[in-house]
Amino acid sequence: MTRRDDSFMSVGIIMLVHTALDRAEQVARHWTAAGCPVVIHVDRKVPRKVFAEFREAISDDPLIHFCRRHGCEWGTWGIVAATQSAAELMLARFPEVRHVYLASGSCLPLRPVQELIDYLAARPRTDFIESATTADVPWTVGGLDEERFTLRFPFSWKKHRYLFDRYVELQRRLRVRRRIPNGIVPHMGSQWWCLTRRTLSAILTDPDRPLYDRYFRRVWIPDESYFQTLARLYSEKIESRSLTLSKFDFQGKPHIFYDDHLQLLRRSDCFVARKIWPRAERLYQAFLGDGAADMKRTEPNPGKVDRIFAKAVERRTRGRPGLYMQSRFPNFGWENGLTSSPYSVFEGFAELFEDFETWLARTTGARVHGHLYAPERVEFAGGETMMNGALCDSAKTRDYNPQAFLTSLIWNTRGERQCFQFGPRDNQKIGPFFARDPNAQISVITGAWAVPLFKSNRNFADLRKLAAKLQKIEADHLDVLRNQWSKARIRIWTMAEFVEAPMEPIQTIIDEIAPASQRRLTEAPKMVNLSGFGQFLQNLKNQGMHPYLMGDFPITHDNPSDRRPVRRPYLVR
Amino acid sequence: MGVWQSYRLRLQRKRWKIRAFRKRRELKLVADRSGQIRPDDILLFCTQRNEKIRLPYFLRYYRDLGVNHFFFVDNDSTDGSLDYLAKQPDVSVWHTRASYRRARFGVDWLNWLQRKFAHGHWTLTVDPDEFLIYPFCDTRPLRALTDWLDASSIKSFPAMLLDMYPKGRIDEQPYEAGQNPIEIACWFDSGNYTIKRNKRFGNLWIQGGPRSRVFFPDRPEKAPALNKIPLVKWNRAYTYVSSTHMLLPRGLNLVYDEWGGEKASGILLHAKFLDTFTAKAAEELNRRQHYAASVEYRAYAEKLKDNPDLWCKWSEKYINWRQLEILGLMSKGNWA
Repeated sequence: MTRRDDSFMSVGIIMLVHTALDRAEQVARHWTAAGCPVVIHVDRKVPRKVFAEFREAISDDPLIHFCRRHGCEWGTWGIVAATQSAAELMLARFPEVRHVYLASGSCLPLRPVQELIDYLAARPRTDFIESATTADVPWTVGGLDEERFTLRFPFSWKKHRYLFDRYVELQRRLRVRRRIPNGIVPHMGSQWWCLTRRTLSAILTDPDRPLYDRYFRRVWIPDESYFQTLARLYSEKIESRSLTLSKFDFQGKPHIFYDDHLQLLRRSDCFVARKIWPRAERLYQAFLGDGAADMKRTEPNPGKVDRIFAKAVERRTRGRPGLYMQSRFPNFGWENGLTSSPYSVFEGFAELFEDFETWLARTTGARVHGHLYAPERVEFAGGETMMNGALCDSAKTRDYNPQAFLTSLIWNTRGERQCFQFGPRDNQKIGPFFARDPNAQISVITGAWAVPLFKSNRNFADLRKLAAKLQKIEADHLDVLRNQWSKARIRIWTMAEFVEAPMEPIQTIIDEIAPASQRRLTEAPKMVNLSGFGQFLQNLKNQGMHPYLMGDFPITHDNPSDRRPVRRPYLVR
Repeated sequence: MGVWQSYRLRLQRKRWKIRAFRKRRELKLVADRSGQIRPDDILLFCTQRNEKIRLPYFLRYYRDLGVNHFFFVDNDSTDGSLDYLAKQPDVSVWHTRASYRRARFGVDWLNWLQRKFAHGHWTLTVDPDEFLIYPFCDTRPLRALTDWLDASSIKSFPAMLLDMYPKGRIDEQPYEAGQNPIEIACWFDSGNYTIKRNKRFGNLWIQGGPRSRVFFPDRPEKAPALNKIPLVKWNRAYTYVSSTHMLLPRGLNLVYDEWGGEKASGILLHAKFLDTFTAKAAEELNRRQHYAASVEYRAYAEKLKDNPDLWCKWSEKYINWRQLEILGLMSKGNWA
């Protein structure tokens, strides 16, 4: 008796099929085994012989019927016509059907069919159809949303793309607008719905149906709008969601499920999933096999699936910032992050402070390299010859592609902050790159390159020449940093300025590197002895060179760090 | 790209096709089983010379992935590999004594066979020491990938060459026929690659890895190219231009995203550095049949005299494709 009841109030399945007919048969039999009648529409493109064989193979099942065949091309009216034919046949042949579920040949029921029947029986007047106005949906691909309903689309998007595009253009230019009949409000949504007999028959027997059909025949992708729009006219209660789990990628084509999605699909608690890879044997076995899982009465919960596929779309469209690889090589300006994580460039600090690198490493916990772009070799932290990712210290290899060297280093050391020294002796080609990188924190003490010259024992004529050269290089570099395109966090001090009050700027920089610590510095780096530096600069001037990047150093300038050895205020508090 | 440039590339493509047509005479048929091929079969093309020891595992690996038919060109092997191949049920093999170099390192031969047999098929072109890894390759057969590529209207799939090497001397662990070479050569460089765009053909030019690091530290520009496009939905109008690094028409080389996103890509695990390598390098050096006057092999010979250990502290040990994806060497793109 219960069996009779179930089939009396059963669910009818419409299947739109065009490939993988063997899988379609398997699924159809699964539906009918639970008492659900099935009407199959086979695309007219399927050869007559293949269709005949398919029909023959399945003819032993009285609950399976075939409807008139239409040619179904994506985005055209054929799919709606097919659905209409199938629905008419379903409603006429199976008067006991109360809900009609639209599915495709690559749909797979994930829960026991009885659960679906019960679920729908508990909601006898609800139509499950995703239906939203054009203004509110973000998923349209190709920029056609409202225009789907106001332009005409006689050309195939797949086969005659050129004509399709030109005709859209032409209509836009001529400002052609179609009138929407009877003032219906266009709605869009997933093609896969489940409607009640009441709503569906109202749509199919509407006296104005020829009018609507004529209108939707030239609408773009009518299978996502015909029923979605018309259901709004007749339905008592619309649940605007699809019972079919179906995710779309950034091109608007459905994601495909494979064997390894088994657990994911199980946990989704959705009734039907689309689209299944026809050779996903394990999925078909698991979900169509006898071992029907124990009945659950939970609501579908596609959240986890949503997240995975949303991530895939994100990866395809935005990618991983700072990654350059065989299938991601962004054009200039489209990098979406030049490097993968923040890093710091110090210019002039290692020259002005004796133990700057070790001090910085101790204070911040970051990896502090020497001059990565030094002409002789790459000065990796700790004098290493190799670094993460097997980057080697060969200057030639580095200079072959200075930018790739830096991006690789930052990528390879994700999770650990990198700091390095830079100066006018180094390969300058990398300058413009880190200047426009928002991840770079660049701190410059201009003119500090003169300190090693001042300390060195070399012939003064040579020093003068070298100083002129380095000053020129640094001036050019500063121009790059001050360029309007620079996106890095850049701070520039002249040496004279910096020497006056070194701790304040250092504190700011450190706070930025390690914001978590937020401690006052207790230990300052030791500044080199600068007594006599003013005189050294004066000597350069006397030789006809003009050292200006250091700022104003009086000749008699004492070593300021001697005068104010430690700025006490930073200790207390 | 201007009309002129486009026309010149067209001419070049025709030229390679004519060349392949001429070179067909060099190929002598040994076993032709191409009659078994069904319309949607996945085909594999390979040239080989004296690689008998590698062939059993190679065939097994690709059969397991789902390759349906193999095409081999045997370049005058002396180790019996020709007979071995001729006996395989799913292999068609040709033999030639002609110059590998003058067939543009085998490309002409394969272009000809591909033109003749591969039209409309997904076609994999690899060397006997290259093993394709693609996203989800541990759970989905190659057919899943090609079906997905078809559905996404993608015609070519990139897989960068990833040089694998053992820890310790190259000749320390002997390789045995049938063994997975990645068991021995399981280490690789994860992050020292450089990329340039080849304006003319539109492909990326990738260099780096252990070969650049050890053999060319002072001449990085001479280091071998690592970019490859081994998997193509073949059309008889296509040609490989230089090894499988690039193709014509050039649209097939646009396997990378230029607007910040990631396209799907794989990896070719390159198990070149086994104990067989030292002998191979010496032989190839004598034959002088390799690219750019065998500059690569000369560099190898030079270094191999000393202790050839490619391993370093920062080498990564191969685990699976997910590891390579996390390291940023390959990508799932929007395949999920």
